[in-house]
Amino acid sequence: MSDIPEHLLRRSAEAKAKALGIPVEQVLAEMTGEAPVTAMDAGDQPKVETVEAVPQTPAETSMPVAQDAPQTDAAVEVAAEEQAEATAAGPADGAGGEIDYEAAAAKAGMPASLLQRSVEAKAKASGASAAQVLAEMLGEEAPSAPPATAPAPESAPAASTPEPEPTADAVSADVIDMPPAAAAPAPATSAPAASAQPPATGGATAVAARPIAQPEAVPEGVRTQRLLTVVKANAIQQVKAEPTDKVSTWPHLMIMEFAVLLGVTALLIVLSVILQAPLLESANFTATPNPSKAPWYFLGLQELLSYFDPQIAGVTVPTIIGLVGFMAIPYVDKNPSNKPSDRKFAIFMYTFFMMGSATLTILGVLFRGPGFNFTYPWVDGIFFDDLKDWVNFE
Amino acid sequence: MANGIVDKVKEQATSIWGKVHGSQVAESILRPGSPFKKGYSDTPRNRSYVIMNNVLYHLHPVKVKRHGVRLSYTLCLGGISFFLFILLTITGIFLMFYYAPTAEAAYVDVEALSTSVAFGSLVRNMHRWGAHLMVLSVFLHMSRVFYHGAYKPPREFNWVVGVILLLLTLLLSFTGYLLPWDQLALWAVTVGTNMAGFVPVFGDQVKFALLGSVEVTGDTILRWYVLHVLAFPFIIVIFMAVHFWRVRKDGGISGPL
Ligand code: HEM
Repeated sequence: MSDIPEHLLRRSAEAKAKALGIPVEQVLAEMTGEAPVTAMDAGDQPKVETVEAVPQTPAETSMPVAQDAPQTDAAVEVAAEEQAEATAAGPADGAGGEIDYEAAAAKAGMPASLLQRSVEAKAKASGASAAQVLAEMLGEEAPSAPPATAPAPESAPAASTPEPEPTADAVSADVIDMPPAAAAPAPATSAPAASAQPPATGGATAVAARPIAQPEAVPEGVRTQRLLTVVKANAIQQVKAEPTDKVSTWPHLMIMEFAVLLGVTALLIVLSVILQAPLLESANFTATPNPSKAPWYFLGLQELLSYFDPQIAGVTVPTIIGLVGFMAIPYVDKNPSNKPSDRKFAIFMYTFFMMGSATLTILGVLFRGPGFNFTYPWVDGIFFDDLKDWVNFE
Repeated sequence: MANGIVDKVKEQATSIWGKVHGSQVAESILRPGSPFKKGYSDTPRNRSYVIMNNVLYHLHPVKVKRHGVRLSYTLCLGGISFFLFILLTITGIFLMFYYAPTAEAAYVDVEALSTSVAFGSLVRNMHRWGAHLMVLSVFLHMSRVFYHGAYKPPREFNWVVGVILLLLTLLLSFTGYLLPWDQLALWAVTVGTNMAGFVPVFGDQVKFALLGSVEVTGDTILRWYVLHVLAFPFIIVIFMAVHFWRVRKDGGISGPL
């Protein structure tokens, strides 16, 4: 929220407040997250922390739990969660009956389908019932009371596995990349409840215990991956653009365009009522007017023609400079800035060129008389028939 | 008594209007969100629909940058060029009804516009001054774009399209210049095409292709007429479509500075 410009936030809050009929301050507070945190938000908190904590241990991002070094809060949290889960694991007898994933999803703040999938996977893997798994995930009290002396996450796993094969440690260490010290067998601290359960999921930490608990599913020496936790994503799309200040085309732009359209039409009608378009005598091949002038937008060229060899001014100048040169401007001007202060040279060049063309055109229109010779319009009058009917010649 | 009648008429009119406005025909023409639709309300959603559900969506996005809406940024010069083109098309169609592109008829027809055609003189004036204004506004638009550096990436190609539009605008204006077939038309075009005749090597061929002859003749009128009323408008409309499309696809109006 904080990266949205203040005035945008303000405007949108005002609009929302108007639409909902509630005070602006309230909307603003909700938008900036200052409002009292709702239950759903609170449920999100640990997960968010987890996400933020992971980058702090870059080397181990894949398995933060396995960290031997002082663990981050997040890692501890995950480990604790795992452990509670393992402790509570029991036969999946479907005791919970139908589970309301919709409600649970609302609580957890994630899509129901994702939640269901993750709960079922977890339940299948641990042998616990889905209802239990779900309860743990939501941070509720687990149906079967956890042992009073829950082992610390750091404690070594696998001490009380039903099949204490020598490979057990190797597998667990392998799976979680745990330093030998941490993986070394320790006094049996695991919960009695765990060892009593048929599917034999009695690890101190679920992380280590699970691969061992299902030896038939995981062949020796094979690395396995599993879902550590489901993290709520911020958004499906990563928005990289800065928020820009935009307005609705209707009505803001279209009203403006309509006004301009009316203005242009009105101007043209008024102009056409006042000024009569020229119509001279019928075309006559034998009576060459003196001077003969091109339309005004070519008069600058005609002026140039009177200075230079026609081979140069007639075609080379307009096509090379006028067209190819103009088209090439964006590819020649590599300066990325559009600030006038950064592009003094470009602006100078363009202005120079345009002023030059305008000067030539004005010379051609006003200062050329019979024989295309130089005249002063205030002495000899204007020789330009486009203006015939509305410029006073004398 | 009189008041009673007025009220009755008003009542009737309102009820008829209500029926027409809400009829199946009106509903089928006006898409959801149209401001002309019965019961339109000014909500952000409807403001979006006005554009989105409308043929205008081909021209405008639903939202535009705030600074781009300010008249002081674009000066609406591109828009003015486009409006002038539309006005020229409308007035030009009117003129076509009264004009035959032959050496015998052309001048007489144009002369008759001022004497025997209703609004003929006004429409001809509008067409002619409108053409001059369009050349002017396209030049100014180009300058506006240049001074804003609006041709810089990703808009390089739209500048190129713009230069082609400028060329086509000049060609449209120049081909129209000949059509009244008076002394001004004949000799201005003669001077202009003489300049084109200075093309190195192919000069004479270019000039011949332009004029349909070695000099400006009656045949030139037909040739330039077809170019003026059909070929160039067709081409310029296509380039305008590309131009407007690219304005949007290149991220809308450039800037702010
Ligand atoms: C028939 C002629 C033309 C028409 C009808 C036209 C129309 C338009 C319109 C309506 C716009 C939207 C922004 C505005 O109104 O300024 C625009 C933008 C633009 N035009 Fe044109 N134009 C024409 C000629 C040209 C020419 C001659 C050039 C340059 C050589 C050019 C280059 C551009 C560029 C680069 C933009 C994007 C500007 C920006 O993003 O700020 N156009 N044009």
